[in-house]
Amino acid sequence: MTTTTASAQPGERTVGKSSPGTARGPRRRPGRIRRLGLPYLLLLPALLLELLVHLVPMVIGVVMSFKELTQFYIRDWTTAPWTGLDNFTMSVDFDAPVGEALLHSFLVTCAFTVLSVGLCWLIGTAAAICMQDTFRGRGLLRAIFLVPYALPVYAAVITWAFMFQHDNGLVNHVLHDQLGLTDKPSFWLIGDNSFVALLVVSVWKGWPFAFLIVMAGLQNIPRELYEAAALDGAGVWQQIRRITLPSLRPVNQVLVLVLFLWTFNDFNTPFVLFGKAAPEAADLISLHIYQSSFVTWNFGTGSAMSVLLLLFLLLVTGVYLFLTSRATRAPRTPRKHEERRTADA
Amino acid sequence: MRSIRAAAVGAVTLSLALAATACGGGSSSGGGSNDSPKELTYWASNQGAGVEVDKKVLQPELDKFEKETGIKVKLEVVPWSDLLNRILTATTSGQGPDVLNIGNTWSASLQATGALLPWDAKNFEKIGGRDRFVDSALGSTGVQGQDPAAVPLYSMAYALYYNKRMFADAGITKPPATWDELVATGKKISKGGKWGLGAEGANLSNNIHQVFVLGKQHGADFFTADGKPDFTSDGAVAAVKQYVDLMAADKVVAPGNAEYAQNQSLSDFAKGRTAMVLWQTASATFKTMGMKDDEWGVAPAPVPSGTPGADRATNSMVAGINMAVFKNSDNLDGATRFVKFMTSDAEQKLLNKAYGSIPPVKAAQSDPAFNTQATAVLRETLATSAAALPQVSDESQFETAVGTAVKELFADAAAGREVTTESVKEKLAKAQQQMPNK
Amino acid sequence: MPRSPMAAPRSFTWTRRVFLTLLTGFVLLPVYVMVSSSLKPLEDVAGQFHWLPGNLTVRPYIDIWSTVPLAKYFVNSLIVAGAATACSVVIAVFAAYAVSRYEFRGKRVFSVAVLSTQMFPGILFLLPLFLIYVNIGNATGIALFGSRGGLILTYLTFSLPFSIWMLIGYFDSVPRDLDEAALVDGCGPLRALFKVVVPAAVPGIVAVAVYAFMTAWGEVLFASVMTNDATRTLAVGLQGYSTQNDVYWNQIMAASLVVSVPVVAGFLLLQRYLVAGLTAGAVK
Repeated sequence: MTTTTASAQPGERTVGKSSPGTARGPRRRPGRIRRLGLPYLLLLPALLLELLVHLVPMVIGVVMSFKELTQFYIRDWTTAPWTGLDNFTMSVDFDAPVGEALLHSFLVTCAFTVLSVGLCWLIGTAAAICMQDTFRGRGLLRAIFLVPYALPVYAAVITWAFMFQHDNGLVNHVLHDQLGLTDKPSFWLIGDNSFVALLVVSVWKGWPFAFLIVMAGLQNIPRELYEAAALDGAGVWQQIRRITLPSLRPVNQVLVLVLFLWTFNDFNTPFVLFGKAAPEAADLISLHIYQSSFVTWNFGTGSAMSVLLLLFLLLVTGVYLFLTSRATRAPRTPRKHEERRTADA
Repeated sequence: MRSIRAAAVGAVTLSLALAATACGGGSSSGGGSNDSPKELTYWASNQGAGVEVDKKVLQPELDKFEKETGIKVKLEVVPWSDLLNRILTATTSGQGPDVLNIGNTWSASLQATGALLPWDAKNFEKIGGRDRFVDSALGSTGVQGQDPAAVPLYSMAYALYYNKRMFADAGITKPPATWDELVATGKKISKGGKWGLGAEGANLSNNIHQVFVLGKQHGADFFTADGKPDFTSDGAVAAVKQYVDLMAADKVVAPGNAEYAQNQSLSDFAKGRTAMVLWQTASATFKTMGMKDDEWGVAPAPVPSGTPGADRATNSMVAGINMAVFKNSDNLDGATRFVKFMTSDAEQKLLNKAYGSIPPVKAAQSDPAFNTQATAVLRETLATSAAALPQVSDESQFETAVGTAVKELFADAAAGREVTTESVKEKLAKAQQQMPNK
Repeated sequence: MPRSPMAAPRSFTWTRRVFLTLLTGFVLLPVYVMVSSSLKPLEDVAGQFHWLPGNLTVRPYIDIWSTVPLAKYFVNSLIVAGAATACSVVIAVFAAYAVSRYEFRGKRVFSVAVLSTQMFPGILFLLPLFLIYVNIGNATGIALFGSRGGLILTYLTFSLPFSIWMLIGYFDSVPRDLDEAALVDGCGPLRALFKVVVPAAVPGIVAVAVYAFMTAWGEVLFASVMTNDATRTLAVGLQGYSTQNDVYWNQIMAASLVVSVPVVAGFLLLQRYLVAGLTAGAVK
């Protein structure tokens, strides 16, 4: 049982685990049909929905990327002329303005994503660990921490935009007027600082999710582990390092990955913060693609950029899963868990 | 087990097939019909202070129309943030309203989709003829030489709004009529936390409207006669530079305006922090912001010669809302009747009064309501010195590309970086390269 | 920690105190701005920021209901998000159970395919999905676009992939012996799922439900084209406070606060399930 065995990857779960369905089948009375058909039946609703809402539109999107889909053809997109790889070559021609802008936007997005995911995870995990203990006001604090998550995105981001204003915003009021940290009020929504502004908003919006998931993950760590460690003389810091963090690994693996994918594709935050045209320093790729398709009415180019993005993310995810799976598979002394298991059973 | 798996496979294939048919393009593309003559769907744009206000203005009129014709109009007021996306998806799928409002600068782009009913002579006849409309408003209904894709519904124009008290305090007796005067006036006022002129530096559309007019004054058009982008002509560069220089060189615009995109310049004006704004039909907004009608004045926007007129004396773009009909409507006759109703003299007077705009219908303009302090200047501007934005199918790309260039130049100016003819030209060249090449 | 009988060392308690205080400040700062701005007249909101509002008014809280049909949007959002969450959780529980407890062909493909859906930018789904809904509507008469049903379907699918992946993890950590014991006792696999596995994974399920709810609650882009006046959700409807000529800052803030209160209250109620420990519930 236990969290550590659970750390086997969904992807590689096929390998290492005995399943009650097959290996221990004989214990069960229902016949083969039920036994072997059941998993498929259980998966069916999810599968159908994913096909309908995600996969098929994705395929259509890929098809669109080979077409010249401008306003002249959107009325019946199947009639749009095929353009072969034109949309792609244009997107990756980094010497020409379109490709150059895309590359720039891509790099900005990479930097932004790494920082944002890192901070969200760090703050979320730290907060979750701090809130393990019962103390007065814990429930209230927990609810407060989920407030950024509960506010509608539009409201939250527009409030930040409001705070980041040059003349009347709270941020400049504090930094410049009250603390005197800057010679003159800074611009946060245009120019180079916009990257910082975007990052702050994104972390503010994003960390409660990490907090939520890690908090739920922490509940699965058997307290006996801590008790055993305490008996061994491990302090709080050591317990966190030796038990909490390793036990969180399976949760973290998925958490960091989806945070990465969402942040990379985040559209709402930059859109509400900056409007249709983001400053160059904060030109995230999803907004860039939106501009290249919806605003300029060229859905072919937009699709091609999305397909490139998809390929990149597939690659990153593949490498990530490969590396983290290897890391998890490395022995991390599940002995204690085994002991506990026998005790439980 | 086999049977179950077969069922699963079957279900998957079915859903795939279903989805595949879904790929088969959108519209039941053909022409419209009159299959449901008793009903219409109408998407109105948000003209008043909130969608609920609009509903209150429009619903009684729709009831009137139903009484006259027996046709029930289902109204939806679509917020601006959604309108273009809604129209695009409606166009793609063929699932849209029968009648809708569009921003008049979208006319040519939407015309290119072929989804809107062209207003040829025959259709115009049904609503009383083309001659009923003001020429400048008709100029913003589609590519020249083609049948308009929409008919004008509400018109608006730019004018110079000024704060009377601030002018008096600075000893200024009359509003500036030329740009030189405007800069001189602005410099007199721009001190001690007060500023001469307000701008919306991060609002792409507003940037376009301003530099387009300045371009006209420099003899530049941003597009060649055959519709190719021409952003880097000397006139265009000079126009953009002149606009940005109001902040960068003349320093009559506060640097903070570089990030404005939510009409903050209007609230600055209403609070007496800036003395002038160039805006379209702002009177209603001033009122909600707590400014009394006698506190502000309005004058024609400045031109080099001091007297607005055609071409180089242009001082406004033709702003406004058009009304269009979806070609595949199943109540085409009803739709044209509805357009006729909405553009009738009586409705035009009533609706434009409610929204503070100017009727694009000549006969309706005679109403005294359009001859007040606030509206006379706008009406005059529309009649004599307003020009339509380029009516090309790439208009929205133009707004994005050049609007962004101006936004970035403002950001440079605000950060204290120099704005030179070269830097302007470079930004515009980059914008031009992002336009679709044909 | 309660887990170790020994008191936590000073360094830890202090670090924790400082960290949590700073974090609370960071979280609440915009909330404070919202509260104070929502109590100011529009002229004041647009002016220089002051920590304490000069003129207090509750006018915005009255006006929000008439500027846009806020109540209707709120109900729509509740219906859409609620239904999407319920369906999503049930479907995800089934799927995760299958992956966690069974060996079958195509398992790996399924897991990876589900994850890959998170990689495509939403913008590009929009048009194809809209086309599909319209065509299904034309073919079968089921109105998916413009209806709440279509939106529910979309959102529940959006939250499925992550929900499934998370639940697989939680289910894996529920001791297998438990459901096997139930099976031996004569339960069918589904009863084993609901009587043993689900109760043991409550914190995970609640976390996933909260996630599914918030996904549907905050989504803007799809809602903006797939809804009409009657079915518009809050996330989109709030933009109605910024009209062509005015931005009613104070009303945006007031409305956001009003609609968020029930959600936060819901969190408050739910949060004790979030931490109902696995060991407490399952191993007896």
